[in-house]
Amino acid sequence: MSAAPESKIREFILSNYLFTNDASALKNEDSFLKRGIIDSTGILEVIQFLDDEFGVKVADEEMSPENLDSVNNLVAFIKRKQA
Amino acid sequence: MKGQLSKDVLKLDEAAEVERIGARLREACGQVLRKRGLVVAISSGIDSSACVGVAVRALGASKVFGLILPERDSSPDSAKKAERLAQHLGIRYAIEDIAPTLEAIGCYRWRDQAIKRALPAYGPGWGMKIVISGGLEGRINHFRLIAKSPNDEMHDVRLGLEDYLQIVAATNYKQRIRKTIEYFHADRLNYAVVGTPNRLEYDQGFFVKNGDGAADVKPIAHLYKTQVYALARHLGLPAEICNTTPTTDTYSLPQGQDEFYFALPYQQMDYAVWALNHGVTAAELGSFLGIGEERAKNVYADIEAKRRTTSYMHAQPLLVEAVTELPKIDPVARK
Repeated sequence: MSAAPESKIREFILSNYLFTNDASALKNEDSFLKRGIIDSTGILEVIQFLDDEFGVKVADEEMSPENLDSVNNLVAFIKRKQA
Repeated sequence: MKGQLSKDVLKLDEAAEVERIGARLREACGQVLRKRGLVVAISSGIDSSACVGVAVRALGASKVFGLILPERDSSPDSAKKAERLAQHLGIRYAIEDIAPTLEAIGCYRWRDQAIKRALPAYGPGWGMKIVISGGLEGRINHFRLIAKSPNDEMHDVRLGLEDYLQIVAATNYKQRIRKTIEYFHADRLNYAVVGTPNRLEYDQGFFVKNGDGAADVKPIAHLYKTQVYALARHLGLPAEICNTTPTTDTYSLPQGQDEFYFALPYQQMDYAVWALNHGVTAAELGSFLGIGEERAKNVYADIEAKRRTTSYMHAQPLLVEAVTELPKIDPVARK
């Protein structure tokens, strides 16, 4: 797993949703939705971020928590899309 | 406490409920809000109709003022039905077309600009609506633009963040302008403003903050929509209102509430919310509604997600520290 997507995603989530640079505020396995970090509108922002930052387009059927709802899930999703 | 889900759980003693709501409305106006009557905006939907009906029962027709506030995308039938309801109840009312105000403030321009970004062919003569998608299949809720061209071609486009937010922001002008007019008349008459959400709308945040969510008193926010229909029938409201399927009446194409927001039609949503509130398992709900356990789990997850994501809409403005010297008003009647 590349470290670059993980660190970019973590920085995006920490700065945009939690307004902090404290890395301990977010675990890679934390569910954004269950923890109330991101709502469904926020997920749209994440989708835009994936496109802008990694050139990854999210299809309708890929809009699942399994793909988008944690740092780990996002990193794995990007890896699959870029494979 | 766990409840037993059955067809009877939403049954209501309508006469007692009308009396209970009426007592609360009299107390709210006379002792809490110190107002002389109630303003109700009437869309002709079941909720606002039931609210104006209970308001008249509580205070008398002479102390209720109705407002009918159509705009460019409202169904022409809605205003006619609302006017017939006001006449049926014998209340004073005013009709004000808010389209020129919305035009002046840029509502339609901002909305159409965002729609054209998502669907460049969109233009004059088209119809449109937004529908929700994803939650029932266990995916993340997102919104789609459904548009119909003048030659009846249908288009379906997933909305990106910027376009979705701009369409909703522009559309929310409608509810906020209506509320501005309601408060003008309330101030003019020294009346209080009625908010008309039923329990599903209130619980799930299906309202516009400082728009239709703004009010001095919300008389049916504790009642499931099925119960609101029962109340309306008990109040003897016209059949054309009691038999109406709920719509948002917000976009130019007809739009059911369950298309835009709720996971299921209201009859099923009522049971789903009741079941979740009473500890009924997803398996039991799925069996009761005939939708299966997996789908019921997704419905529960969707209800809880909406509660989380719209909780800010119920909140008072946040302060850095409490201003404790102010008198507190208990929002719920305790009698």
